[in-house]
Amino acid sequence: MDVINILGGLLSSDLRMATPILLGALGLLIMNRAGLINIGCEGIMLVATFVAVAGTYYTHNVWLGMVCAMLVGGLMGLLFAFLTVSLRANQVVVGVAFNTMGAGMSTVLYRMLFGMDFVSVKDYAFTHVSIPVLKDIPLIGDALFHQMPVVYLAFLLVPVVSYFLFRTPAGLNLRSVGENPKAADTLGIDVYKMRYAATIVGCMLMAMGGAFLSTGLLNSFQEDMTANRGFIALAAVIFGRYKPTGVMLATMLFAFGLAVANLLPSINSPIPYNFVTMIPYILTIVVLAGFAGKTVAPAAAGKPYKKG
Amino acid sequence: MSELILEMKHITKQFPGVLANDDVNLSIEKGEVHTLLGENGAGKSTLMNVLCGLYHPTSGEIWLEGEKVRFSSAKDAMNRGIGMVHQHFMLIPTLTVVENCLIGARSDSILKLDLAGAAQQIKALADEYNMDVDPMAKVSDMPVGARQRAEIIKALFRGAKILILDEPTAVLTPQETEELFNMVRKLTKDGYTVIFISHKLNEVQEISDRITVLRQGKSVTTVKNDNISVNELARLMVGREVDMTVTRHETDQSKAMLTVSYLTLGQKSGNRLLNDVSFEIHKGEIFGIAGVDGNGQGELVECLTGLTRATSGTAIYKDLDLAKSTTREIMKSGVSHIPQDRHKSGLILSMNLAENMILQDYYQPQFGKGALLNWKYINTFTDQLIQDFQVKAPSRFELAQNLSGGNQQKVIIAREVSREPGLLIAMHPTRGVDVGAIEYIHKRIVHERDQGRAVLLVSTELEEVLKLSDRVAVMYEGEIVGIVKPSEVTVEEMGLMMGGKRLAEIR
Repeated sequence: MDVINILGGLLSSDLRMATPILLGALGLLIMNRAGLINIGCEGIMLVATFVAVAGTYYTHNVWLGMVCAMLVGGLMGLLFAFLTVSLRANQVVVGVAFNTMGAGMSTVLYRMLFGMDFVSVKDYAFTHVSIPVLKDIPLIGDALFHQMPVVYLAFLLVPVVSYFLFRTPAGLNLRSVGENPKAADTLGIDVYKMRYAATIVGCMLMAMGGAFLSTGLLNSFQEDMTANRGFIALAAVIFGRYKPTGVMLATMLFAFGLAVANLLPSINSPIPYNFVTMIPYILTIVVLAGFAGKTVAPAAAGKPYKKG
Repeated sequence: MSELILEMKHITKQFPGVLANDDVNLSIEKGEVHTLLGENGAGKSTLMNVLCGLYHPTSGEIWLEGEKVRFSSAKDAMNRGIGMVHQHFMLIPTLTVVENCLIGARSDSILKLDLAGAAQQIKALADEYNMDVDPMAKVSDMPVGARQRAEIIKALFRGAKILILDEPTAVLTPQETEELFNMVRKLTKDGYTVIFISHKLNEVQEISDRITVLRQGKSVTTVKNDNISVNELARLMVGREVDMTVTRHETDQSKAMLTVSYLTLGQKSGNRLLNDVSFEIHKGEIFGIAGVDGNGQGELVECLTGLTRATSGTAIYKDLDLAKSTTREIMKSGVSHIPQDRHKSGLILSMNLAENMILQDYYQPQFGKGALLNWKYINTFTDQLIQDFQVKAPSRFELAQNLSGGNQQKVIIAREVSREPGLLIAMHPTRGVDVGAIEYIHKRIVHERDQGRAVLLVSTELEEVLKLSDRVAVMYEGEIVGIVKPSEVTVEEMGLMMGGKRLAEIR
C-alpha cells in the first residue's frame, strides 16, 4: 500500500467512524443548549443499535430500521424529559439509569428475538453514493465523496444545526432557555415545552447515530457495541465548545483515533493490538483534561427549572 | 389624566404557608407614575408578578382598559402591553442586547432572525429617550446601569405601554437615578404609564404622582403625592411612628485597630478585583465603605476574613496579618463578621437557633467538654442572646429558616457581637430587613462603636453609610476613589465617586 492510499483510506474511515459520534454529539449539543445534560446518550445509542438491526431484519429496509430506532430514541427522550423536566429529577442520575437500562434492554430484547443467533443485515446495507465530479478530486475526492448517504447527512446537519441555533428565532429561544430559563419565562417562552422538544429531537439524533453504527458500519448487533461512543460524544460537545463546527472537528479527531486503531493491525504495526484500541479513549481523556476547564457551558445546563 | 387604564381588584395570592397578597386593590391612571411603597416582604413584587402573568392569583380580578383580562403566561401580559423590569435583571449575559430583545418575540420569518432590523428599532427607541444603549453590545460587557437601560428598552421594544420598574434605583448611583427619573418623566409625557416599586422614601416623593402603600400583603391606602412628608410616608409604610435618628457618643479614636496597606487581589486574566486598597480603622470608629454593588466590596471583606487569599498587600490587626491568616486564626484574634448573605453564609437555615448561635465558637471550652457539647450552657447562652438582642422567635429550638429576615439578621448580630470583638466587619447588615429591624441594627452598630470597637461597615445604601459612619471610603472597580467624612461631602459628590471619579478630580 502506498502512502497516498493509506492516507485516503484513513480519511474515508475517519468520516465513517465519526458519523455515529457526530450524530450523538449534535443531539447532545441541542439538549445542552436548552439546559439539559444527558449522560444517558450511550444507553440511547445502544438501544438504537439493536432496534435498527431488528427493524431492518423485519422490514428488509435499512432506512426503515433507522426510522424505527429514531422513534424509539424519541420515546426515550420523552421519558428523559418527563423525569428531568416535569419531575425535576437529577439529570445525571437519570442519565446513569438510561445507560444501565440501555445495556440491559438491548441485550435482553435481542436474545428474546434472535436467541444466540448472529443476525446480519448485510443484504440490506446502505450503498455508497458517489458525488459526480467532486469524487474525482485527487487525494481526498474518493474519501470525502464516495460515502454512505448517512455520512453526508450527518455532516450536512452541522451547518443546519448551526443555522438553527444562531440564525433562527427558535434557536435563540432555545439558547435562552439553556442560559436563563427564568428570563425566558418572563419573555413568554414555555420553558418546559422547549426542553421537551430539544430532548426528543436530541435523543432521536443520538438514536440515528446508534442505528448507523450497527446497520451502517457493522451490519449486525453486538452486546455493548457502542463501546463508550456516547461518552466520547459528550466529550466532543465540551471539546467543541458547544458549537456545531467545533463539535464536528472534535468528533473527527476522536474518530481519527478509532481509524488509526483499525488501520495499524492491518499494516503489521509492531504495537500490540490492546494498546492500539486504547488510542481514542486516551485521546478523549487528554483532550478533556486539557480543555474542559476552558469552555463555557450554557449557564443553566443540568439545572431543573421550577416555574413561579 | 384621570382615565383609568388598569385595575387590580381584591387580588389574593397564597403561597404554601405564606399569604403574599391579601385582598389587594390597585388602580392605575393612564400616564401617571404610580408608586407601590412597602417594606421588603410587603407583597409588592408578588403583586407585580401577578400583573405580568408570571403568577396566577388565588383569587381576584384584573381589569385592563375597562376589560376583564386573565393572563395565563407572561406572553399574554406582554401582548396586552404590560412590561416589567425585574429587580434581578432578566438578561442573558452571553447574548447581545438585540438578541435579548428578540427572545420569545414574534417574528416575521421562522427561518431568519432579523437582528439588523431589530437593532435599528432599538437604536431609534434609545435615541428618543436619550438612552445610551448599543444594541450590538454583549450584556456581560456592560456596566449595571447600562444593563438596566437595556431592560427598559427590551420592555418598550416588546410593546409595553405600562412599564413596571421593580426597585430600579437599588443598583444606581444618584446621578444615574436622576437620569432614570428624567426618562420616566418623558415616558409618561408620551402616554406611557409607569408603576414604580420602591422603599426609598426620598425617591418615591420625587417621582410619584400617586402612591399605594402595601403593608404585610394588604393594600393600606392610596394617596396623592402632594405635600406629603417623608415622615408621613414612613409612618404609612411601617404602620407606626419610626425613629430613624441615631445618637452617637464621643469616642477616643486615637488608636488604629486595623491597618490595610496596598491590598491587591488579581485574577489569572490579569484584571484586579482589588487594587492597592489602603485604609485604617480606629478604635471607636465606624469606617463605611460605599459604592455600587460589585465594585470589590465583597472581595475586600473576603480577604480580611481569610475566605480569599489576597495576591499582595497586608492587613494588620493586633500583630496578625489578616491577609495571610486562616479564617479560624482571624476569628480567634477578635474579629467578628456579619456576612453579606445571611442565607448563604450567615446561618445554617436547617439548624435551630441554639446551634446557629454557637457556629462561630462551638469549640471554645465554655460550650463543651472534650468531644461533647455542653447543651445546658448553650441553651442558657442562647436564651440570654435571644432576650438581649430582641430576636422574635417562639423558642431556641426554632429553625433559623422559619424566622423573618430581620430576626435572622439579629441572630447573626447576636452571635458575632456577643463575642465582644475588637473589630466588627458588617456587610449589608440591613439588606432586605424591615424598618423595625433596621432601626435596631443601626442602633446596635453605633452602640458597638461607642463601646470602643472598630467597625467596618460595607453597604450599598448610601443613606445608611453616611448616617452611621465616622468616615466613608468609596469603592469603584476594586479601588478606593476617595475617603471622606459624611459631614463634609454632598450626595452629588458621593454619586460622582460611585461612578468612578476620584475625590481629587471633583474638588
